[in-house]
Amino acid sequence: MTDTQMLRRLPEARSPAAFLGRWLLLILLTIQGVGAFALITLGVLLRKLGDSRQAIVPLIRRQITRAGLQLLPMFLFIAVALGLLIIGQSVSWLTRVGAIDFLGGIMVVVVVRELGPLLAALLVLARVGTANVVELGTSRAMGEVEALEALGIDSVHYLVVPRVIGMALGIFSLTVYLIIGALVSGYAWAFIQDVPLLPGDYFNQLAGALSYMDFVLLALKTCAFGFIIAIVTCYHGLAQPLRIEEVSRATVRAVAQGTVACILLDALFIVIYLVV
Amino acid sequence: MNSLSFSPSLSPSGGEREKIPAIEMRGVSAGSLTNASDEIVEGVNWTVSQGEYWVIGAPQHSGKSDFLMMTGGLTVPRAGEYRFLGEPMPIFEGPRLDHRLKLGFVFDGGQLLGGLTVADNIALPLRYHYELEPDELEACVTRLLGVTDLTAMANHLPGRIGRAWQQRAGLARALVLEPEVLLVDSPLTGLDVRHANWWLGFLDGLSRGHSLMGGHPITLVVTADDLRPWRGRAHKFAYLSEKRLTVIGDWPAVERSRDATVRDLLDDGSACD
Repeated sequence: MTDTQMLRRLPEARSPAAFLGRWLLLILLTIQGVGAFALITLGVLLRKLGDSRQAIVPLIRRQITRAGLQLLPMFLFIAVALGLLIIGQSVSWLTRVGAIDFLGGIMVVVVVRELGPLLAALLVLARVGTANVVELGTSRAMGEVEALEALGIDSVHYLVVPRVIGMALGIFSLTVYLIIGALVSGYAWAFIQDVPLLPGDYFNQLAGALSYMDFVLLALKTCAFGFIIAIVTCYHGLAQPLRIEEVSRATVRAVAQGTVACILLDALFIVIYLVV
Repeated sequence: MNSLSFSPSLSPSGGEREKIPAIEMRGVSAGSLTNASDEIVEGVNWTVSQGEYWVIGAPQHSGKSDFLMMTGGLTVPRAGEYRFLGEPMPIFEGPRLDHRLKLGFVFDGGQLLGGLTVADNIALPLRYHYELEPDELEACVTRLLGVTDLTAMANHLPGRIGRAWQQRAGLARALVLEPEVLLVDSPLTGLDVRHANWWLGFLDGLSRGHSLMGGHPITLVVTADDLRPWRGRAHKFAYLSEKRLTVIGDWPAVERSRDATVRDLLDDGSACD
């Protein structure tokens, strides 16, 4: 039993101070556990890159399909809705203050830099991250991890690395589709509202607001989201012995911690955007 | 029939190697896999020579699976020294991994990966450790499916087949790497007579030298909660009781033993006299 599991199984804290102390200790232990798991995974990823291709490559392909291709229809729907939400609100306000020329710039700041990547990450966390915890937690409870180890198969290499790569690439690709979809649908909604903005002007505004750093940071940010979501969900499913009845609680914890981690990472990238 | 041989590293070893014990434990203690604070067995001094066929008897929930997992290198001994074919255990990865792959483990119930078909479960160790041509891989898997009577279930997911068949698939998966030592956890538990006889016959064949393994005898260690089916089959017997592994000897020694645990494992009721 791990330290965090022992803390969670203690009787309820009787005083606010004890509750707060236990809560802080849990946070620190979780950060320590997730951090150590991330370093182990990174080590295995780099050390075994290209090893066991016959077994690992199909798993990576499967994870990319799961965290990318299968979510595409939902993401296209979200993209259209996102374009409508942003344009629907901003067009009326920008027209009132005579600042319609800033429409492209707003779309870049809101969709490309902030909402697109974060929304993509949270949707993948909800759809695929939860499945990760349930799958790995069940595997762990059913003794499949021991079965892999008995066969000399590194369970982190076999179970975690494909998910990390699949999620990083999946979130990156989905974010790109989400951004393109939102920008195109945004113009379509503006056109429906009779905004006096030609397509050429709109896309010139977008191109003018984008810099090469946007593309670099977008790639880094989305891959980092994928890495973090995969690590947090795999940690909760795999890194501690679970009983079947504990899998649902582990899933809830993973989603909460994954969301917080993504938002903190997003805040870090806001600082980077402001600095560069 | 041809053997499964596909890797030079798994070919039979020379005469010197034959003298090295398959398993050698000195003062070994082992903990439970599920609860690290529980000590299952302590002070084990046990030597298994190559080619021997051992049965370790113990009542259910006495920790024999945990002991076997430690022997299989899945957990670290808490104390003492454990060598497998001369190498200190456990080995999880690194340059000594090839050595570790000479040890096969069959779990109680098979413990197949639920997301893979029976055939993919059997092929998994080959896919992971060796870059085989697809037809070579398929030939290996087909042969193992054939000898374990699993051909008709090759494309089924484990959840769709019975526990007895899952356990056979677990055996096939352990054999695909051509181990020199095979640990089998409670193979007869919950099986009907037909399946139980198949296991007894198949393990006999492996112990004598199955054509599947190129005719080379495999060292076998099997756990059981009833010693009677192993009469005339296993070479040596031991039992696990009160955190101690006690070596009994051959079958006549088992029959002569007046120890209460041994009598229980023979289910003859004389322990109550």
